[in-house]
Amino acid sequence: MTQELAIDVRGLVKRFGSKTAVNGVDIQMPRGQVWGFLGPNGSGKTTTIRMICGLLKLTDGEGECLGFDIRKDASLIKAQTGYMTQKFSFWTDLTIRENLEFVARLYRLKNASRVVDETLDGLSLSKRQHQLAGALSGGWKQRLALAAVSMHHPKLLLLDEPTAGVDPQARRDFWDEIHRLSSNGITVLVSTHYMDEAERCDRIVYLANGKKVAEGTVAQIIDMSGLITFRGEGENVRHLAPQLEHAPGIDHVAYFASALHVSGSDRSAIRHALDQLNDDGADWKEVRPSLEDTFIELKARAGDDTRQHA
Amino acid sequence: MTTLARILAIIMKEAVQMRRDRMTFGMMLVLPVMQLILFGYAINTDPHSLPTAIQMEEDTPITRSIISGLEVSGYYAIVERTQSDMESDSMLARGDVSFVVTIPKGFTKRLLRGETPQLLIEADASDPSASSNAISRAQVIVQRALAHELYKLNGDPQTAPPLFELVIHPKYNPAAVTQYNIVPGLLGVILTMTMVMMTSLAMTRETEQGTMENLLAMPARPIEVMLGKISPYVIVGAVQTLVVLAAAIWVFKVPFLGSFWVLSLGVVIFVIANLAVGFSFSTFARSQMQAMQMTFFFFLPSLLLSGFMFPFRGMPNWAQMIGEILPLTHFLRIVRGTMLKGADLHQLQPDINAMLLFTLFMGAVAMVRYRQTLD
Repeated sequence: MTQELAIDVRGLVKRFGSKTAVNGVDIQMPRGQVWGFLGPNGSGKTTTIRMICGLLKLTDGEGECLGFDIRKDASLIKAQTGYMTQKFSFWTDLTIRENLEFVARLYRLKNASRVVDETLDGLSLSKRQHQLAGALSGGWKQRLALAAVSMHHPKLLLLDEPTAGVDPQARRDFWDEIHRLSSNGITVLVSTHYMDEAERCDRIVYLANGKKVAEGTVAQIIDMSGLITFRGEGENVRHLAPQLEHAPGIDHVAYFASALHVSGSDRSAIRHALDQLNDDGADWKEVRPSLEDTFIELKARAGDDTRQHA
Repeated sequence: MTTLARILAIIMKEAVQMRRDRMTFGMMLVLPVMQLILFGYAINTDPHSLPTAIQMEEDTPITRSIISGLEVSGYYAIVERTQSDMESDSMLARGDVSFVVTIPKGFTKRLLRGETPQLLIEADASDPSASSNAISRAQVIVQRALAHELYKLNGDPQTAPPLFELVIHPKYNPAAVTQYNIVPGLLGVILTMTMVMMTSLAMTRETEQGTMENLLAMPARPIEVMLGKISPYVIVGAVQTLVVLAAAIWVFKVPFLGSFWVLSLGVVIFVIANLAVGFSFSTFARSQMQAMQMTFFFFLPSLLLSGFMFPFRGMPNWAQMIGEILPLTHFLRIVRGTMLKGADLHQLQPDINAMLLFTLFMGAVAMVRYRQTLD
């Protein structure tokens, strides 16, 4: 049922010389959803996105994007896809309006000038339309980029870390826009490092070392990981960290202001380690593992990056 | 002492970065070597072996000795024997030869009778520096040849050299005005510099600033990008041409004998050839800095080996062969040919063809190298 899948790729592999950046990734993403693409830096997210939208040739693998063969029909895919690059890639020496007009013309939009007017209105940038795009703040640049790549009413948006380095208000505005686009039936695949953003997604694909190591809803991924987390609160709880980091059964220790999270996969081993502590200042309780704990666990399980020798 | 440590730290960082940028590093080594070879071996301000056509209307031991005298002098290389004035003129206009030496019928008889016959040397003087030495030596060369030949005839070394009149026709630039040669040539030099640099920079800027990824993600085909990026510079080239031509004609009073349309055709092909070079460079260069270096790498031999700064015919064969590849060489022949010699399309066809061939090759390189993906 390819028709219902916006992205249907199997066994994607990309090698750059002797380095394997992506090593057999499958993604089956239904139309109309918002999916999060997560994974540590260098895990292959950007490379995968570039292969899906025809910017990189596959070393191996196959698949369709919007029903078109990603190996052969790159130009058809490009016409119906909006791809927002990780780094701001519009022309900083063109004005906001000139950038939008250029994009509108490249997609050969009818009534380009009216579409641009509407887009500027939608962005509340009408008054600043004659400013150089390079003069915009980070958050505005990202909103402009999103507007520019969705002006031609693409069926699929591929957003590569669109909110990196952007303040919380701008991030929230940005995500409101993503959900607004999604409610119009657009499929959105967005890569991010922010946990709160991951929780806004229908489903998450987690990559590590060029491989998909988890996929599902936030709850499913947390459950699937089998991670157990205890939270300890107290005045001096932080001083316990060095002891706990090396305790058997405890894989991760995370610091919070006046709390510690310790995680591992064996509940009794963690309990045992906590009992060994001769400190009565801390109050330990089992809590639901956070997504962040889970991802750190997934990354650790994926092991060292050995792709260099693959 | 702290200061020295910091200076050292910066020196080391700079050295590492220099080594990483292999292109720049290579340029720093290759450019001096290239300049040494070009200035040391290719360039000759006293050009020898200039191609010469002989229009010999009689064949006697005397005329043969004149010809061998010219050849032995080293200044004249006889490459052609022509039969008619028309043929000779055409060869001179095309630039196939720098001189036509005409020995008229009855020369020997009149020489021996002491009637002071005329010997004609027509010279392509469009580049005064190329022909002047050979011209100034001609009288002595011919005199010696004749004295030697007469000594063989009558065995008397005391015989006074026979009288003859050497007529020199410096054609195309009889007053030897250097500007007549330089100013039209400058048009080619300016176009080469700006066209190659502008295109290569315009393209690499997209790559360097990351906007290329955006451009590639949108549905634009390579040919569309290429034509779109290049066309504005064709207009720039046209404006430059008009400005230089206007200055040449009205400020420097350079004569314009030939057809404006033939020159225009030459300009268009030449501009496209250079844009193709710039575009090709941009597919190799990873930064604007590298694009600049490549431009310079192309510009230097163009300047030195095309006949712009130094007489083309005065260079050794290998240098002339490299020169024949460069579009500037052919463009110089077209612009000087049309302006100073009134050369027509037919006469300039070989140069037009050479530039077209170069353009096709460079265009192919650009198209093959241009990537529609980021690979």
